Amino acid sequence: MSAAYIAGAYEHPTRKADGISVAQLHMQSAAGALADAGLSFDDVDGYFCAGDAPGLGAMSMLEYMNLNVHHVDSTETGGSSYLIHVAHAAQAIAAGKCNVALITLAGRPRAAGLKSAKMPPSPTPDTPFEGLFAPSVVEMYGMVAARHMYEFGTTSEQLAWIKVAASHHAQHNDRAMLRNLVTVEDVVTSPLVAAPLHRLDCCVVSDGGGALVVTSEAVAKSLNRPLVKVRGSGEAVKHPSAGRVDLTTSAGAISGPRAFAEAGVTPADIKYASIYDSFTITVLVALEDLGFCAKGKGGAFVADGNLISGVGRLPFNTDGGGLCNNHPSNRGGMTKVIEAVRQLRGEAHPAVQVPGCDLALAHGTGGSLATRHGSATLILERL
Amino acid sequence: MTLADLAAVNFDALPFWQGTEAGEFLLARCESCGEAHHYPRALCPFCRSEAIRFSPASGKGAIYSLAVTRTPGKPLRVVAYVTLAEGPTIMTQIVDADEAVAIGDPVRVDFQKHPEGLTAAVFRLARNTN
Ligand SMILES: [Zn+2]
Repeated sequence: MSAAYIAGAYEHPTRKADGISVAQLHMQSAAGALADAGLSFDDVDGYFCAGDAPGLGAMSMLEYMNLNVHHVDSTETGGSSYLIHVAHAAQAIAAGKCNVALITLAGRPRAAGLKSAKMPPSPTPDTPFEGLFAPSVVEMYGMVAARHMYEFGTTSEQLAWIKVAASHHAQHNDRAMLRNLVTVEDVVTSPLVAAPLHRLDCCVVSDGGGALVVTSEAVAKSLNRPLVKVRGSGEAVKHPSAGRVDLTTSAGAISGPRAFAEAGVTPADIKYASIYDSFTITVLVALEDLGFCAKGKGGAFVADGNLISGVGRLPFNTDGGGLCNNHPSNRGGMTKVIEAVRQLRGEAHPAVQVPGCDLALAHGTGGSLATRHGSATLILERL
Repeated sequence: MTLADLAAVNFDALPFWQGTEAGEFLLARCESCGEAHHYPRALCPFCRSEAIRFSPASGKGAIYSLAVTRTPGKPLRVVAYVTLAEGPTIMTQIVDADEAVAIGDPVRVDFQKHPEGLTAAVFRLARNTN
């Protein structure tokens, strides 16, 4: 299989998009990623977007950008969609379907006045069975955290270390929404939103967007950019299994091992990890499922700064992540890939750059961990 | 579209909603493989048989997990998954819970009319009765 490379990556600078349409955010992000790669809109022959794209998705955005492509994909697994798009773009490139794949994400929940993400109303058979109780997203993830605590003795203090690590990184990011360093004490004394989760266990709500350009090897090598290769990928969907609910393991237990197997590496080889962080518990469950530690040992793994760059074993989310920096459109997968690319290029903030970062992982958990969700794992290598 | 509208076009599960309306907690069970499942489908999610039959469940269960929201001056809001005595774990709400509500607590079904017209199967703590 011929290799694919992430040649362009761009995080939209805004965090509040007053007077900017969602389509405009998508296209500005696309322009940024193409410029980063040294390519133009005319080079794009494949387009990928998910449920955040306005109107009819790919069709509407292709019209808005006035693009003509011969490969489209609008795989939708919530906030992890964009990691799957990278994998699917690599597969399409290997199959000769396209050479320059553009992936975009954007949204403006802040400007639209949505304080937190609500479960989308959709006419599916499960809707009344959950909708009658109107569970908020925090309640959903709160149930995951409660069960993890019950089964494994995980504590609020251990979860808090994840936010603490994110804040250590966000202090160096002048675009981050939350730049103040926080302590474990700050997190566990912040108001309980849906016990056991506190306000500081939650990610930010932000406007913005991002884009990626995935290219063939020939295109990537023609550009004057560091080579970031898609070395392995995995994807999986998990759901309540018709009543056989298991809240402490995510679909990452399938996507992760598949990505590692394809890449031919192990968690011990990973020098930097972008881990989807809608909530602190989302990170904890993912780290276990990806094999960075055993199931149930995530609390001990994240404690004492183990995720802080320059301090711990596994530097994570060095942009501040969704917990402190940016979670555009309530979908954090795009920014996970972008920061992994920065790390591999050596373009992260010097205070958080991992020295010699040549192998990174990006992982997404989209939808709701407590019900149906899609996990996607990418293993990226700097050549 | 209201939740009641959605329930009305999800023909698979109509007996469930007719049951809660009548104060009965019905569970879908496959006569082919014997497994109970939730939410109810017309085809068994385990063996894919169409031999689904609704039968009254015990209404007993235990809290599998929960999220608790405290608002001053209001009763506790507890969203939960409850594992039924018959096996399936379902999303629900624990009503009239006390501060000690916890995973593992025995609960019993009750019914609560929703403003949109459906009757929800909710649960109450049943520490002394189960
Ligand atoms: Zn069956």
